[in-house]
Amino acid sequence: MKVSIAAYGAGNVRSVELALRRLGAETELVHEPEPLLAADLAVLPGVGSAATAMAGLRERGLDAALRERAAAGRPTLGICLGLQLALDETEEDGGVAGLGLVPGRAVRLREGRVPRIGWAEVEPGREAYWFAHSYTAETPAATATSEGLAAVVESGSFLGVQFHPEKSGAAGARFLERCLSRA
Amino acid sequence: MPLPRLIPCLDVAGGRVVKGVRFRQLRDVGDPVELGAAYSDAGADELVFLDISATLDRRGSAVKVAGAVAEHVSIPFTVGGGIRAVSDAAAVLEAGADKVSVNSAALARPQLIEELAGVLGSQAVVVAIDTEAGRVHSHSATRDADRDTVAWARECEARGAGELLVTSIDRDGTRNGYDLELLARLRDTVSLPVIASGGAGSAEHVAAALEVSQAALLASILHENPARLVALRDELRDLGVPLRDAA
Repeated sequence: MKVSIAAYGAGNVRSVELALRRLGAETELVHEPEPLLAADLAVLPGVGSAATAMAGLRERGLDAALRERAAAGRPTLGICLGLQLALDETEEDGGVAGLGLVPGRAVRLREGRVPRIGWAEVEPGREAYWFAHSYTAETPAATATSEGLAAVVESGSFLGVQFHPEKSGAAGARFLERCLSRA
Repeated sequence: MPLPRLIPCLDVAGGRVVKGVRFRQLRDVGDPVELGAAYSDAGADELVFLDISATLDRRGSAVKVAGAVAEHVSIPFTVGGGIRAVSDAAAVLEAGADKVSVNSAALARPQLIEELAGVLGSQAVVVAIDTEAGRVHSHSATRDADRDTVAWARECEARGAGELLVTSIDRDGTRNGYDLELLARLRDTVSLPVIASGGAGSAEHVAAALEVSQAALLASILHENPARLVALRDELRDLGVPLRDAA
């Protein structure tokens, strides 16, 4: 199993890499389109600002590679901002166009304490995962929620999670293991 | 709201865990990675590593701790101490930390908070506030920073902080309970998550802090002993605190 992790200057790629390696996956950090296209599973991590992250993807041609993977039905896992970038657009940074892999848009959280930071249960399943976000996906593609917010989205071969499985202890490892076995 | 969080705090100096009572009288109690992993296994929701050493290369030592912890721990952790610029913080996050904590550097130059939030995102920026009698202190609580605590909290939020870690200096290490009055005022003043710190002596103290704050920092109450965390979590559950099931 070869997993390519998109390294585009916006994310805690080392944690993702370490978590996948603990599960026995062969990982590589990729900065170019070709190895991202070739991987059994591509991972799009991401923290920080949407505009900077999107620019980082474009600069490296990774945006086109991710669209090509989606068109070919090859699996991609988007984490946190990586999920939000896969949407049509996000209202962050005054409005940024996304990859358009998943219908919908990311909007600023309007309730509760923001950023929403902490462990929260995901339904169905009732497992708690680690969340750290100020924006949330409004999408018809949500297949699991946390306190009413999209926690997992699925569209074609793209799977996105708002939480950080790489930081979610045993529950996160179980989730990543399922991703690896599906890919 | 996400579940209430318990966050063991490990003070690190020269790559080793130490614990100061009232910020002084340090004694060495071990390896940060080993202790951090043991706390994670014991059900910690997060970890905080504060580098309190006064060495020249604090950034280097913070990055080293972050890198080593990330290898062995799969829950979120924060690193503080010696972060003075975005490049310091970015290096710590690249090594695998989730958040950085800034204190004196933000007081000296509040613009730092905006710079960190702009590049790393607010969720990665914790501002630590050491406070006594409603006033902010800096430099490991040795200097009066000439600021009102609530006003500074508000300013941190406006500048893009993601969380506030509020330590009541006069309670730190005393085990007489958290400063609930201050925490309640902060709850009503800012809409950021607040991590309560200083004064935990019993499960009841922690439960009371979690009523008004989103997380509790745990230091001396744990005696640097992960088994104490297991027991504390059980006691808190008995008190009706909805902690996560970490299994």
